[in-house]
Amino acid sequence: MSQTAVARTDTGESLKELAHRHGLSSAGALPSLMAYTKQIWAYRHFITSYASARVSSSLGTTHLGMFWQVLTPLFNAAVYYVIFGVILNTKSGVGNFIAYLCTGVFIYGFTSAVVSAGVQSITSNLGLIRALHFPRASLPISIVLVEVRNLMASMLVLIAIVLITGEPITLEWLLMVPALLLQTIFNAGLAMFGARVGSKLIDVKNLIPFIMRIWMYGSAVLYPVQRFTDHLQGWKLHLVLANPLLVYIELMRHALMENVKLAGSPRLLWTEAVAWAAVVGIIGYIFFWRGEKGYGRG
Amino acid sequence: MAEERVPTIIAHNAHVVYRVVGSTTPGAGSPLASFKRIVTGTKSAAIREVHAVKGVSFIAYRGEAIGLIGSNGSGKSTLLRAIAGLIPVERGGAIYAAGQPSLLGVNAALMNDLSGERNVVLGCLAMGMTPAEVKAKTKDIIDFSGINERGDFSSLPMRTYSSGMGARLRFSIAAAKKHDVLLIDEALATGDAKFRRRSEQRVRDLREEAGTVFLVSHSEQSIRDTCERTIWLESGVIRADGPTEDVMQEYEAYMRK
Repeated sequence: MSQTAVARTDTGESLKELAHRHGLSSAGALPSLMAYTKQIWAYRHFITSYASARVSSSLGTTHLGMFWQVLTPLFNAAVYYVIFGVILNTKSGVGNFIAYLCTGVFIYGFTSAVVSAGVQSITSNLGLIRALHFPRASLPISIVLVEVRNLMASMLVLIAIVLITGEPITLEWLLMVPALLLQTIFNAGLAMFGARVGSKLIDVKNLIPFIMRIWMYGSAVLYPVQRFTDHLQGWKLHLVLANPLLVYIELMRHALMENVKLAGSPRLLWTEAVAWAAVVGIIGYIFFWRGEKGYGRG
Repeated sequence: MAEERVPTIIAHNAHVVYRVVGSTTPGAGSPLASFKRIVTGTKSAAIREVHAVKGVSFIAYRGEAIGLIGSNGSGKSTLLRAIAGLIPVERGGAIYAAGQPSLLGVNAALMNDLSGERNVVLGCLAMGMTPAEVKAKTKDIIDFSGINERGDFSSLPMRTYSSGMGARLRFSIAAAKKHDVLLIDEALATGDAKFRRRSEQRVRDLREEAGTVFLVSHSEQSIRDTCERTIWLESGVIRADGPTEDVMQEYEAYMRK
């Protein structure tokens, strides 16, 4: 029976010793973190072309195709403009409320899209995972790249809105680049963390809409951050103000707009932004890597 | 034996369990039934564990071509995937391999909304080729698959392909790379007679380059032609392992029952 093959090792040594002596490696052995990073680097071309394949397969079936990348944020901004700018006419003590609002919506949208696609990046690609051998982190990373591309289109729309609503172009606009870079690292960590959690706890994807909605209300997207500073004190206020999404949104408002009241000093916000990106990026990556060999199980 | 044979794959008490999600049984669909299940603590009917391979041990040596036979659902494909490291082996067992075995299957999932040509590029990159290699091979792969014989299909989305065309393209992509340990999953059964002849030739070429070959097939002829050793898997357990002719006779007697 199953012993027939084993009996052939007539030398008497165990299969494990035999494998070891001939330098065979276990198929389930985890590569070292260094080796894994190198693998991902070697697969960078796959990651980028998989990302652009995802974009064109989702938009390729529409008539307007890639134009939707610009249209989607435009419509998004229009909806918020109609509701908050025309119908409710909210000013909430912010000078340029439309620009303030749209910055929040687009920056929040970046993280939100990455999280909801990230938790499904393993489960929705099981066929690919069970057929081909590639570092699995390619999947959540390519999702981040897809959303970075969408974000570029959103930023063009956002810049147009900011200029139309009367903000001047200043040197501070250059701060957009590091702010988005830090947020991208933060998002990549979240996507990888979420991908492993989502592959084990499939039901998590049904909770994501609620988690993201709570996160939106906690990040001062639709109303000024002063609502928090006016109503909360002590540790509760510190907790709300340390929210990474709030930090990234505030940094973008700081970069694009003049005369905007921030949640904290720019120095504090930048420190928090760097810390969040480093902590979530590294933890997400290590957490995902630890599960590398198990993703095929489903 | 004068010279010791070099093992390339060693399976030691390998168990493979994978999860299937979304296989609801009738009556389990109502919210009340789900709630009852949670309260009583029974396992979700929507998530089932399939114990496909149950304690398999064998040694494969360099230069061997091993056939893998068994009835449908006996765990052959799962075993190949476990050897390739695509599905993990349960604790307590292990599969050791020399280098990275690659699975040559026709099941490689590609993106249906993309054109055949972009799928070729994506598939090759996923197998670890460099962009330069991909560029050089794309035309050969499409020519080999023969999907352009009836007009320019390679620029159409893959969802417009017939199942045979899709399978041919997937096989062509997978067969474009050289492999150290080659695992072939029913690959010879794709396409029409003409393509089958071509693909059989390609598999023979790949075999000559590869150190060890595993072939899963329901075609007894192709196993007899290519493999000197055969492993017979039934319900996830090895029933026989030995020279192809002996195992085949046992298998045929079993199948006639």
